[in-house]
Amino acid sequence: MTPHEAKGATQYTTYHPRWYRTRVSTYWWLGKWYYLKFVLRELSSIFVAYFVVITLLQIHSLSRGPEAYARFEERMRNPLMIALDAITFLFVLFHTITWFNLAPRAMVVRLGGKRVSEILIAGSNYVAWLVISASVAWFILR
Amino acid sequence: MAETIQLEVTRYSPEHDAAPTFQRFEVPYRKDWVVLDALNYIKDKLDGSLSYRWSCRMGICGSCGMMVNGEPKLTCATFLSFYAPDAVRVEPLRYFPVVRDLVVEMTDFMVKLQKVKPWIIRKEEKSIADGEYLQTPQQLDVYKQFSMCINCMLCYAACPVYGLDPLFTGPAAIALAQRYNIDSRDQGAKERMDILSQHEGIWACTFVGECTEVCPKHVDPAGAIQQYKLTAAKEWFKSLLMPWGAK
Amino acid sequence: MATDAPKKLLEPFFWTLFSAGGVVAALLMPVHIFLFGLAFPLGWIRDLSHTRALALIEHPLVRIYLFVFCSLPLFHWAHRFRYTLYDGLQIKHLNEVITVFCYGGAIIGTALAGYLLLSLP
Repeated sequence: MTPHEAKGATQYTTYHPRWYRTRVSTYWWLGKWYYLKFVLRELSSIFVAYFVVITLLQIHSLSRGPEAYARFEERMRNPLMIALDAITFLFVLFHTITWFNLAPRAMVVRLGGKRVSEILIAGSNYVAWLVISASVAWFILR
Repeated sequence: MAETIQLEVTRYSPEHDAAPTFQRFEVPYRKDWVVLDALNYIKDKLDGSLSYRWSCRMGICGSCGMMVNGEPKLTCATFLSFYAPDAVRVEPLRYFPVVRDLVVEMTDFMVKLQKVKPWIIRKEEKSIADGEYLQTPQQLDVYKQFSMCINCMLCYAACPVYGLDPLFTGPAAIALAQRYNIDSRDQGAKERMDILSQHEGIWACTFVGECTEVCPKHVDPAGAIQQYKLTAAKEWFKSLLMPWGAK
Repeated sequence: MATDAPKKLLEPFFWTLFSAGGVVAALLMPVHIFLFGLAFPLGWIRDLSHTRALALIEHPLVRIYLFVFCSLPLFHWAHRFRYTLYDGLQIKHLNEVITVFCYGGAIIGTALAGYLLLSLP
């Protein structure tokens, strides 16, 4: 039984007593770059969650005093952690880029009866991103 | 340049075959021929039993959608020269049940299309004497893109979510629902929302986006679905804040 | 059906959290990861001292910022990860377990962030 039949999809056997259905492979996303890109985009969320956990650990160590905070910083200097953080950075950057590029498709902005071009909306997203990133960095490092 | 080109075509006879097989045909290679021309050559000259759908040959009727080398394509708009001298593999549209050779069963799509009520709904119809429902060019521009759909179902063959979850309403039907939702003459958005705000409606979509890539009419169904999600979310918060306002 | 009603009700809510989390992660996370994951540990920039970090986090606005920074992206993860498990691995029959794991994780993370930020000196 195919998943379609199992889930009671539209019944239309009256006219076609026999037909052929193919099953979707579990690895459907491997065959094509476009699908693989989609799965990588979705998997970037794991790295997003990972960095939230790191941030929570940082706040926790901060609350437990200077020694605990020094231990946290020492652990972050571990080459394995740095490698993991580098991968995290790339994935989150990928999330940022795909998110900004797709956002104008979901959110239609109209000015004077005309739809504002997607490039303009994506562009303003990137500008906002740069300004906010610079402000955050300035606030932390000042 | 080779004078002929190889075509690998799916053959399936429900009376005789347990599963589809491929049959190779050699057809003349001409630069101005599309895949559909090659199929017509096979049917006329080589094997009259080959079954497939086609009608207008000019990308309007939406009948000749098939998988060409694994991609959903209108065969009337896909040139052999794009693939030559390599062989071209022609298969029936993915995720639909195959009835015979290249012909798929499309009742599932037809039922879903009807479910989302893709027509103008009025609370009260104007009488003919009162005249037409007027619309400005700006109001037309809002939905025009989504109205270009020719129901060719290429977007369904591109959608892994439809392949995995057959109950998913799917790209074209949702885009067409949205086409009427944002039409200034329509008043049926609430009726459609009840159908499409279910999990199998808009929420099953994960914005893979391939439906938009394969659309021969640049409808952008993926965009339509995300816009619909945004509207549904707004409605949800509105009904939460003002439960008395919900009708 | 009784089981259908709340699901239908919550879908737009969780999607909104997913979207908001996506925006927060896209706008704010790269610079955080660059600083705390790469620039500080690799010594490109001198590390923040404990006193300096504590001074930064003293302001209530910074704490609210960090709460949003931790909470919303977790709901973003929950939504995406749930659907990736459904479609990528085709394990939709584990529906309930996956939903509880993903959203449970996001809720616990949010509570933890709130607790940690409130209990800071």
